[in-house]
Amino acid sequence: MAADIKFTEEHEWLRVEDDLVVVGITEHAAEQLGDVVFVELPEEGTTVSKDDEVVVIESVKAASDILAPLDGEIVEVNSPLADDPGKVGEDPMGDAWFFKMKIEDMSALDDFMSEAEYKDFIG
Amino acid sequence: MTDLTTDLNRTPLYEFHLAQDAKMVPFAGYEMPVQYPLGVMKEHLHTRAAAGLFDVSHMGQVMLTSTEGFEALALALESLVPVDVLGLKPARQRYGIFTNETGGILDDLMISNTGDGLFLVVNAACKAEDIAYLNASLPDHVHVTEITDRALLALQGPMAEVALARLVPLVAELKFMDSVRITVDTVEWWISRSGYTGEDGFEISIPAGLASDVAEKLVAMDEVEPIGLGARDSLRLEAGLCLYGHDIDTTTSPVEANIAWAIQKVRRSGGAREGGFPGAERILSELLGGAERKRVGLLPQGRAPMREGTPLYATAESADQIGEITSGGFGPSVERPVAMGYLPVSLSENGTEIFAELRGKRLPVTVAPMPFRTSTYKR
Repeated sequence: MAADIKFTEEHEWLRVEDDLVVVGITEHAAEQLGDVVFVELPEEGTTVSKDDEVVVIESVKAASDILAPLDGEIVEVNSPLADDPGKVGEDPMGDAWFFKMKIEDMSALDDFMSEAEYKDFIG
Repeated sequence: MTDLTTDLNRTPLYEFHLAQDAKMVPFAGYEMPVQYPLGVMKEHLHTRAAAGLFDVSHMGQVMLTSTEGFEALALALESLVPVDVLGLKPARQRYGIFTNETGGILDDLMISNTGDGLFLVVNAACKAEDIAYLNASLPDHVHVTEITDRALLALQGPMAEVALARLVPLVAELKFMDSVRITVDTVEWWISRSGYTGEDGFEISIPAGLASDVAEKLVAMDEVEPIGLGARDSLRLEAGLCLYGHDIDTTTSPVEANIAWAIQKVRRSGGAREGGFPGAERILSELLGGAERKRVGLLPQGRAPMREGTPLYATAESADQIGEITSGGFGPSVERPVAMGYLPVSLSENGTEIFAELRGKRLPVTVAPMPFRTSTYKR
């Protein structure tokens, strides 16, 4: 299943789940952010373009944005995360996913990094 | 690995920070620890629960002495600060500000009466200018010496006393804002019972060569963890304390900044040494008639932290900005976002609801008293 996970240069992971793409941030990104104290999620049903700011994450130190990795529609958001933002630091690759999106063409995912490529990317 | 540009200064604790696995960042011309492996949140909470050790050696330590005695020295410094320096008793410390001709603030500082002189601690980013200013402004009988061979540590938190007393037993007898010189085994420790966290604690000036040894002894104690600049900022924010260059600067008067308590009666209108400091005309008049704006505590009603620069509005719709946040973030101890900023006096009453614009949305904010968390100074 590892082949179904892709990574962006913005330190997001994209995992294919049925016909949807689940989006979260990598452990490396979560570590850099530090303790997350606030997460603002988009509304379900929002149509987004690649690089739109869709999620706001704030740590004790600073605010950062999560960008839409591709054009598509946000079909589901991880609402419990807004009440428990600390989860981003605890389980960034699992329970702390941000949203699921529907994209036109799944083959667009091929352009992103594999796990091995991402590991090289973060050095 | 990040390539830090050259010509950054290092404090005597640089190697200690690396050994403690600190994340180092450039700050005010120094390579400083922003956090340790514990992380900002836990470092903050640990300081409030036990004791935190901070390296503040980047700050300026300045000794003022005079060939004409303490009274002449105190009066000389009073020409630059609206503070009662003459009335500062030996072994006592007081908060002060350097004001400018327009009644703004050049820097804030701590002033200690050492008996044979005045010991100042000034902000790192301002220290070169402060020292040049002191040299240029003070009369010839005053000697200005920057102390560069001593490190400055802060040990803060409810267990700071028990920890430091293992090395310097006498500290248990100090009260808030006492400032003394204590010799232990021929080493002179300059210790004040004060800090920048809202907690009981100490600031400790020691010879640079002993700094890492002392720091290691302290962090080896169960109560003590090393704390970085990240938590230093969230701690002082919860304590409602100003950060120079952010909450106060050359454009904010002490009355606007709500730190008029730092100006003792004797320097105010009708006092024995009324005025006589830069910007006195404006500051004395504001002390009597008030200022147009005021620094206040702000509690965002939602969960979103509001940072420095966030614009403030009177209502959810009004077009005209009425002020801005000068410091803000998440307060780990109060478990909510907290901020401070300037508002017109008419909207500065506690409980007033105003609005901040965050990412294009107007969000409600309540004006609130500071500190956000009750300080625990040992008076």
